[in-house]
Amino acid sequence: MNERIKKLRELSLGTEETISIERARLLTEFYTSGEIEKCSVPVARAKAFKYILENKELYLGEDELIVGERGPSPKATPTYPELCTHSLEDFTMLNDREKISFKVDEETKNYQADKVIPFWNGRSIRDRIFNEMDDQWKESYSAGVFTEFMEQRAPGHTVLDDKIYKMGMKDSKEKIKESLNSLDYYNDPKTFDKREELKAMDIAADALIAFAKRYSDKLIEAAQQENNQTRKDELETMAGICERVPINAPKTFWEALQYYWFVHLGVITELNTWDSFNPGRLDQHFYPFYKSDIESGLLDKEGAKILLQAFWVKFSNQLAPPKVGVTSKESNTYTDFCLINLGGVNEEGEDAVNELTYLILDVIEEMRLLQPSSMVQISKKNPNDLVSRALEIIKTGYGQPSLFNTDAIIQEMLRQGKSIVDARNGGASGCVETGAFGKESYILTGYFNLTKILEITLNNGSDPQTGKQIGIQTGDPKSFQSFDELIEAYKKQINYFVDIKIKGNVIIERLYAEYLPAPFMSLLIDDCISKGMDYNNGGARYNTSYIQGVGIGTTTDSLTAIKYNVFDKNKFSMEEFLNALNKNFEGFENIRDLLLNETPKYGNDNDYADEILKQIFEIYFSAIDGRPNTKGGHFRINLLPTTSHVYFGSVTGATSDGRLSGVPLSEGISPVQGADVNGPTAVLKSAAKIDHLRTGGTLLNQKFSPQIFEGEDSITKIVALIRAYFKMNGHHIQFNVVDAETLREAQKHPENYRDLIVRVAGYSDYFVDLTPELQEEIIRRTEHMN
Amino acid sequence: MTETQLKGIIFNIQRFAIHDGPGIRTTVFFKGCPLNCWWCHNPESHKTLPEKIEGCNLRRGFDQSFSMEKDEIGKEFSVDELMNEIAKDKIFFEESDGGVTFSGGEPLMQPEFLIELLKECNSNGVHSAVDTSGYADSAIIDHVSPYSDLFLFDLKLMNDDDHQKYTGVSNQVILRNLNELDQLGKKIVIRIPIVPGLTDTDENLRAIRGFISYLKNLVEVNLLPYHRAGEGKYIKYGKENKMNETKSPDAKSLEDIKQLFSGLKCRVKIGG
Repeated sequence: MNERIKKLRELSLGTEETISIERARLLTEFYTSGEIEKCSVPVARAKAFKYILENKELYLGEDELIVGERGPSPKATPTYPELCTHSLEDFTMLNDREKISFKVDEETKNYQADKVIPFWNGRSIRDRIFNEMDDQWKESYSAGVFTEFMEQRAPGHTVLDDKIYKMGMKDSKEKIKESLNSLDYYNDPKTFDKREELKAMDIAADALIAFAKRYSDKLIEAAQQENNQTRKDELETMAGICERVPINAPKTFWEALQYYWFVHLGVITELNTWDSFNPGRLDQHFYPFYKSDIESGLLDKEGAKILLQAFWVKFSNQLAPPKVGVTSKESNTYTDFCLINLGGVNEEGEDAVNELTYLILDVIEEMRLLQPSSMVQISKKNPNDLVSRALEIIKTGYGQPSLFNTDAIIQEMLRQGKSIVDARNGGASGCVETGAFGKESYILTGYFNLTKILEITLNNGSDPQTGKQIGIQTGDPKSFQSFDELIEAYKKQINYFVDIKIKGNVIIERLYAEYLPAPFMSLLIDDCISKGMDYNNGGARYNTSYIQGVGIGTTTDSLTAIKYNVFDKNKFSMEEFLNALNKNFEGFENIRDLLLNETPKYGNDNDYADEILKQIFEIYFSAIDGRPNTKGGHFRINLLPTTSHVYFGSVTGATSDGRLSGVPLSEGISPVQGADVNGPTAVLKSAAKIDHLRTGGTLLNQKFSPQIFEGEDSITKIVALIRAYFKMNGHHIQFNVVDAETLREAQKHPENYRDLIVRVAGYSDYFVDLTPELQEEIIRRTEHMN
Repeated sequence: MTETQLKGIIFNIQRFAIHDGPGIRTTVFFKGCPLNCWWCHNPESHKTLPEKIEGCNLRRGFDQSFSMEKDEIGKEFSVDELMNEIAKDKIFFEESDGGVTFSGGEPLMQPEFLIELLKECNSNGVHSAVDTSGYADSAIIDHVSPYSDLFLFDLKLMNDDDHQKYTGVSNQVILRNLNELDQLGKKIVIRIPIVPGLTDTDENLRAIRGFISYLKNLVEVNLLPYHRAGEGKYIKYGKENKMNETKSPDAKSLEDIKQLFSGLKCRVKIGG
């Protein structure tokens, strides 16, 4: 890493996280200017977006090669009062909280109090959502049965394809014009809506063009004042780039990077979309530019690497927007889930790995940043060299790049009805979510607590934490004569709560469609322009809504324990069992010992437990998959937690697998922490019994001691381990390569471990930034040694 | 089937063994060993029959029938039972060119059981390796060898006095059996425990090199650095640990030893 990149990287890492009032101020200025009363909602949103980009401060850092920040400076994080109007108490909490804090200055607080709160209170989507939800939804939500992703962040969950590298914004405007011209005023009752939406998209395109022009002017000015000739030349080159893109399609590697970056800023400025938008298949999209620049001599390999590194720093500068309430518990991190995809196959289904793939892996290894995050798609068509190279980086203990099964991802998409080409051009984003890049809106709508619902089932519909009857009455479990009766009751409760969640979701979908369209995002995702429909209103070619199941490991072990000990072996009665749970096993240590040590557990390639896992999967899948959403698409499932397994554990009492009240649930599809005792092959066999192809993503983390990677053939053997899992249709796997001793030391002396990175769920994070509960949970995960 | 009624005593089954032969393997540890090496890291393997160890029940697990912490060491298995366990990881064997390794203890101490297992592996397409001290009746070597794909053969000390002192037995039978296996055309991996102060002397290593350089079917040499992982077991099982403070060999001396063997026409690897 050269000095310049080192400085840019250090500046990014060393800058304090702050709240910037800039965006909230500009938005509020625009919304109180009287402008919005004169136009439709989409046009008002587009004009507000343009107002922000025309008036925000332009940051130009020393030695920067890629320009543009979402805030006025790196890590100065805007708020989105139209989604979540922070109270002053929220600001104080964000400022003071121990983990994931944001400094808030007095000026920001004052502006918030004087202008932002008075205008946006009651108008924000958060306020609207909580006003619209019924009592059943509210009770379930506060009990921790599910979370709601859209209560303070907008639907995002999408990734770009290669269109911007072929089309400038002026070409998009041309397409908008065509779409406007083909509107059928006589036969299509939606014509007015479409016209307004298309007008809004056109304004949004102009907004980005104007933003780049401002940068171009600023760079020319900076060049004029620059005395160092090398930097002066650079600034002039950059000014030229910002002059040419995004209005035109890029012609060089540098232009392509800068173009993408402007687009990225546009998306994350328009709304605080979940899962930071990202360029997706970076090695595919950029390879043609890389190749032609190398051939023409415009760039050498080192030069390309430096530009990529400068690009990496830009991602690192943008934090996840500040989260409050339950959202901060389910996703407690600065990481914004921008996941770069490498490898995989091209649209003909052939090995897509190229020279740039390996160069980007070098960048990932050297930069060692949390954002952007990275993953490698591994198809059976890809060479083992790719997997080995990824493992060389993973073994340094940074949880990146994560490993995905391209062939499974493609089959998942085909099952959902996507075309083979769209499927091959897709990948995974966020944590592990499957998507057709550039063509799909695949919204994660909330985590769903599979274990809490078992607790409610065992209490005949009531939540023992509050005594409230929040579920339906499915019978007193003490009266159940067979395990099947219990499963039947569990199934009814799952269906009941899924209905509540889906009812909420369809209302929330419409709130976004009506009040918070995203005309800029709509420019980027097919087929919003040709349909004349917004991204948030079904404009995308594919529209999928996910509900993410959490705690399948804990739930499996809990149901297994009941079947094994109560119904099969008659070791104790259901009554004794329920008493033990109610008492959090106090005075029932013998029962707990049997549960922990002499009861089958998921993750050991033991069919007794794994068959129950499959039953739970079927119940959850059937409750959700294929139900229609309001955007012409369907509800689907996936299995991942971010940090919600900690939150869900905190609201769930003792469970029949021997877990004590309040302890985190199992994470992703990983076995319960410490329950897998037969080594990694057994875990993979168990995990592969889930039908991954009927999900939109599953998350499996394995903790390996660093010693496993030592020895001359170890990497080759781990490559084979991964290949075998993928042959069994496993969707994703990632390794935490760190030993428990190191983590304990880091807890004791955080000051010495500031740069220790661990894999949390579908993302990596600094260990010292994690809550104590999450730190403990990671330590308790089984460490495979050899 | 009378053969499948055969039972063997096994004290551990380790899946995802990556240091016991090629690829990903399941290692089956036979109980009972005729040697008593000072540096042994499986002291619980010595006795032939299952044994109960008091007061070491630290952590059990339903599926971990062989946990080292469990109070009973060694369990009877039928051929079918073991084959079921082995077959579970077939997909990993196939993907990695791995298979099963019969280790111990000394697998040749339960020859009939071993032969039946090897036959089953052959008919199920599972690659098999026998990890042996080489200390067995030559008739047993003759009986077992046709069925095993590979032998992981330990060579420790060439000076017989030293061998007797540190392992409890003479090395004459061992060296004879090694030659015998080579004559029979069996693929052999030589595994040398590198124990500082005992086996790592220049004299010993040169003598080993001299001996094995004549082997026609030598495919690989593994240098197995002594480690203290077994130390806790000695304390737990109340056995005398004669190694005291012996440390693992450092990377530099391992590289030097590797260099010493580099003239052989086969791969030399640090670790298994």
